[in-house]
Amino acid sequence: MPAMTMIQALNSAMDIMLARDPNVVVLGEDVGYFGGVFRCTDGLQKKHGRHRVFDTPIAEAGILGAAVGMSVYGLRPVAEIQFADYIYPAADQLISEAARLRYRSGGEFTAPLTVRAPCGGGIYGGQTHSQSPEGIFTHVCGLKTVIPSNPYDAKGLLISAIEDDDPVIFFEPKRLYNGPFDGHHDKPTLPWAKHPQGEVPADYYTVPLGKAAIARPGSAATVIAYGAMVHVALAAVEESGIDAEVIDLRTLIPVDIDAIVASVEKTGRCVIVHEATRTSGFGAELSALVQEHCFYHLEAPIERVTGYDTPYPHALEWDYFPGPARVTEALRRVTEAM
Amino acid sequence: MSNVRSLRRTGKPPRPYLHVPEPKARPGEPADFSTLAIPEAGRQARPAVDASARELRPFAEDLIRVMDGEGRAVGPWDPKLDADTLRRGLRVMMLTRAYDDRMYRAQRQGKTSFYMKCTGEEAVASAQAMALNRADMLFPTYRQQGLLIARDWPLVDMMNQVYSNTQDRLKGRQMPVFYSSAEAGFFSISGNLATQYSQAVGWAMAAAIKGDSRIAAAWIGEGATAEGDFHHALTFASVYRAPVILNVVNNQWAISSFQGIAGGEATTFASRAIGFGIPALRVDGNDFLAVYAVTQWAAERARTHVGPTLIELFTYRAAPHSTSDDPSKYRPAEEARQWPLGDPIARLKQHLISLGQWSEERHVQLESELIEEVRAAGRQAESYGTLDKGPHHSAKTMFEDVFKDMPWNLRRQRQESGV
Repeated sequence: MPAMTMIQALNSAMDIMLARDPNVVVLGEDVGYFGGVFRCTDGLQKKHGRHRVFDTPIAEAGILGAAVGMSVYGLRPVAEIQFADYIYPAADQLISEAARLRYRSGGEFTAPLTVRAPCGGGIYGGQTHSQSPEGIFTHVCGLKTVIPSNPYDAKGLLISAIEDDDPVIFFEPKRLYNGPFDGHHDKPTLPWAKHPQGEVPADYYTVPLGKAAIARPGSAATVIAYGAMVHVALAAVEESGIDAEVIDLRTLIPVDIDAIVASVEKTGRCVIVHEATRTSGFGAELSALVQEHCFYHLEAPIERVTGYDTPYPHALEWDYFPGPARVTEALRRVTEAM
Repeated sequence: MSNVRSLRRTGKPPRPYLHVPEPKARPGEPADFSTLAIPEAGRQARPAVDASARELRPFAEDLIRVMDGEGRAVGPWDPKLDADTLRRGLRVMMLTRAYDDRMYRAQRQGKTSFYMKCTGEEAVASAQAMALNRADMLFPTYRQQGLLIARDWPLVDMMNQVYSNTQDRLKGRQMPVFYSSAEAGFFSISGNLATQYSQAVGWAMAAAIKGDSRIAAAWIGEGATAEGDFHHALTFASVYRAPVILNVVNNQWAISSFQGIAGGEATTFASRAIGFGIPALRVDGNDFLAVYAVTQWAAERARTHVGPTLIELFTYRAAPHSTSDDPSKYRPAEEARQWPLGDPIARLKQHLISLGQWSEERHVQLESELIEEVRAAGRQAESYGTLDKGPHHSAKTMFEDVFKDMPWNLRRQRQESGV
């Protein structure tokens, strides 16, 4: 089985879907001839043609407005927003248009588009190249939200997203593009080629939306994480010696409630980890769900480990980033609580 | 006074001030159209559809007109329609007006929450729908009900939507007049203005990708041209030479804001297109023949892949913005009646009479036939329910169509709601 980085896995997913489905098109800033600033669409234009893979003007609202129109026509556009931080101009087209179209037209018009956007920090991107805005979109009814944590899932989830008949926003933790970064910024990151989840089949396969994965089984506590934080959580579990179960949500909406409930009922303790800011973040929803579904199984208050409620500071990003030490502390608190 | 004149007179420039545009007249004042430049009908050249953008520039400042003061069709833009087509155009406009009148009254009677008439603007949707192919895709805003009527869409279905009754295909989810019909090629109307503009361009790009000869047409009010989506749409349409017609319905008023608030004092709305390299035609929007002709021209440009066209339809919103609006609070009462470009129905009627293809008697007869047609449709629609008295779709349907497959949280919420 070939080893792939997350970039290569995403590229493979789009390549396969462009070949399988003549209605798939790929558009975005710099995605054509150049192949994307992160190289995710490298070679796709040459292979599939300019009319299938093309550059767009720098206008995120225009990209998604056009993508909605294309999907109304019957295409399955895969639109790249160069950084998740740039998605806000397109919010109206995503939130009020793509997400609501099936509902408002009684099912006559739909917007089966996929929006890919690199998210998260750890690359010295400052406050405009580091954001994790998933919580804004999980709040929107009619949108599915996906965040993979490894190349194997990234490819299978992206194929599922493209095939899905509803709009999907697909955030790619850019710090995971080349390896399973675990928050130890002072140590070299293992390349995906040396990680089992870097083994990616060359052919078509899917990873279903709405299904979480158990990244590590355990019994002492449940850590709910997604994206880059899965690897941070795994590092914390390793370093703390606490036998915690780590859930990789993979899809935030619809969230896999069964996986969460099964784990927390088993462990009775729960730590929620995300890189995004805390207040009204997706962790708040997860915390509420755990409380509603598992209250009588809880042995300790639910903990959240998140980015602080500040913009992502450039020089201080490692003070901001919720690394393994903070997750370890939270694991200690929930497991030591009576 | 200009800064330069003030400087000459007093030796010092005036205090800086903010210019906030004001219309020429307000309530209690006589309507003032003194600054409107209305060229004579028939004087405008009809360029080739593949003329260069530079050659086409003057059309963004001109006003294409076909019908003269006596109702005769003059000049190169005369689409030379046969009498049956003209009578059909008249019928569509008259039916639209009769439909509007009935639904406006229905709202006043409490049968629904809201309504919007297109009185005075009927030529826009009627002539444009007729000039396009039935398979072309329409991305309207909320005042183009005439598109559906011109495509012979059943009035009962439109009324079902306005009443949000049991037969409403949109299941009571949308405000009245936010129609949607895939079958009619009429895109779902959004309340977020201008979003449909870039969507229409995207649809047209998709058609081009697929080598499909269908084209898209979008409508926007002059007020909403200030939205970003308008500019994104023009950029994308220009870059990809999308087969699309971008219509700006300049009806002078965006609720209470006159067109100057949208930027209409310094230039025409058609001129916006020039910076994007998109040809623009400015047309007398109350002249059925002129509207038909420019739409045909733009459709040919799109269909032969020469490129997109922007059309500014210069008209007047004779109706209030909606049933929630009272124009007497912000514009002269006489302004609509005195609009120098007249009424589109009266003008096409005059044209048909001048051709010897219509008469006052036939007009009156048709009017009463259409009122009866609308009344019959109304009775049928009301038998399926009205907003005030119901019945409506079951509350259970509220949870459907958010996603193709209902996720667990919606199933649970539906159970909790007890419906």
